[in-house]
Amino acid sequence: MGVSSKLGNLGVVTTTVEQAVNWARTGAMWPLLFGLACCAIEYMSSQASSYDLSRFGMELNRATPRQADLLIVSGRLTRKMAPVVRQLYDQMAEPKWVISMGDCASCGGVYNNYAIVQGVDEIIPVDVYIAGCPPRPEQLLHGILTLHEKVKSERVTDWA
Amino acid sequence: MAVAAQAQSIEEQRKWEGSLDQLRGLVSERAMTGETMLLNMGPHHPSTHGVLRLLLELDGEEIVTCLPDIGFLHTGIEKSLEDKSYEKALPLTDRMDYLSPMSNNMAYSCAVEKLLDLDVPERGQIIRVICLELARCASHLVWLGTHAIDMGAMSVLLYAFRERERVLGMFEMLSGQRMMSSYIRPGGVWRDVPVEFLPTIKQFLHDFPAKVDDYEALLTQNPIWKDRAQGVGVVEPDVALAHGMTGPALRGSGVNWDLRKAQPYSGYETYDFNVPLGEHGDVYDRYLIRIQEFRESMKILNQAVARLETVKGPYRSENRKYVPPLRSELGQSMEAVIHHFKLWTYGYDAPDDEIYSAIESPRGEIGCYIHGTGANKPRRVHFKTPSFIHISALPVMSSGYLLADMVAIIGSVDIVLGDCDR
Repeated sequence: MGVSSKLGNLGVVTTTVEQAVNWARTGAMWPLLFGLACCAIEYMSSQASSYDLSRFGMELNRATPRQADLLIVSGRLTRKMAPVVRQLYDQMAEPKWVISMGDCASCGGVYNNYAIVQGVDEIIPVDVYIAGCPPRPEQLLHGILTLHEKVKSERVTDWA
Repeated sequence: MAVAAQAQSIEEQRKWEGSLDQLRGLVSERAMTGETMLLNMGPHHPSTHGVLRLLLELDGEEIVTCLPDIGFLHTGIEKSLEDKSYEKALPLTDRMDYLSPMSNNMAYSCAVEKLLDLDVPERGQIIRVICLELARCASHLVWLGTHAIDMGAMSVLLYAFRERERVLGMFEMLSGQRMMSSYIRPGGVWRDVPVEFLPTIKQFLHDFPAKVDDYEALLTQNPIWKDRAQGVGVVEPDVALAHGMTGPALRGSGVNWDLRKAQPYSGYETYDFNVPLGEHGDVYDRYLIRIQEFRESMKILNQAVARLETVKGPYRSENRKYVPPLRSELGQSMEAVIHHFKLWTYGYDAPDDEIYSAIESPRGEIGCYIHGTGANKPRRVHFKTPSFIHISALPVMSSGYLLADMVAIIGSVDIVLGDCDR
């Protein structure tokens, strides 16, 4: 396509701003250091030696939402915790994404009772849902790669 | 009250700001004049091991008092259990103390067995001991990694989780699930150990002691670690007992109380192991005790694995009124089909009686109180959990120490908020 096919291999890569920015975003997504319950332990497993999330540019957890791009809601969300999670989401700078990790965060899971919010999408928008109670680290990795695919397909016109 | 809170929109809830007067009596009078500072820590804080919120009153860097605010992970598990038959309630118990689900299964199963007067065959008891000690290792490994990372030793977590993955792999081998295994059930365990389990655990038992030495090489004589841990968060033995502390946090103060020795269950009285005790009751002693518990668990596991090879027989009770028949029996026996159908639709009736039964989890005494109704659902199930009690002791442990010591103290009592709030 374009100049590279006309002039042969000049050692130059051509791309669009859109693709370059999306590539950079997927390559270094900083998740918020945030855990709620059981899924947070599997999230820690994913970051530790065996599964090593840093292969996907994600080894750096930020403890403050101001510096984070990705909120992984890992675990059951109680009614008492819901305002806190909403505040964390609001404090994150754009662009930001949300992964709902596990059954409880996605739909309430096994808890259909007075205490648990029946899905984190009741309070914040979610990009990727991951099933499992808790999901294996492989499932979390798959969810993150799915999010990468989504980010790569974002358009300049959506950024504003 | 819950309805009123629901009716409020999230924006309204966030705009709420409390007044200082509401805290009168909880914090010192000096806070009212602004002489001391009130600082909020949590519920989103990397060092609170979950969603614990602490309101700290600080005099400079020194903690005057701390007010724990719990309930951010209140899941209503105890209430949910009232609506489930005894067997079907088991998977919910996994999700209380999510670092050692096997211990919760065991506490609940022991209580149900006591209520029903149900016996567990010897092989079942041996498998249970193996599971419980593996769970103790897995739980202590998470504690070790997170406690170290709180205190600034970043790499220990990577070593600890490397071994934890092997333990979780064994749990998956047994039960099909890495964490929420629901493997220990009333009457025994879900199924017999698979053939590949024995070689795997033997290899683990062979490798693991050297790994514990590695952790010790990283931390035990590390001068930074000693500076952060020694003489911090001291609990006197009488104070620890007065607060009802159990487990390594109590033994760190030198009180010899381990339910595996004091009220043996599942045949623990037949195993040869020691209960490590501390002297000073500080963060460092609690660290040393858990490291020693790795080695004691290895001792128990070695004995249990040797027994598992010789003791054959059923791994769960043969009482078909309470324990489902084997899958293979279903095609051959009409009675088995009836028992299976009855157990998975109705469950079983338990007597109208109340019992309490406790076991030693990695964190301390986890007790289960069940009040039966005579029918297939309990009237009330209550869990006495160590994290709840240890959080109540945080104020007395932390007052007088520096703010930076708070994370060390929280880490050293090894709280799990799912265990506390359930």
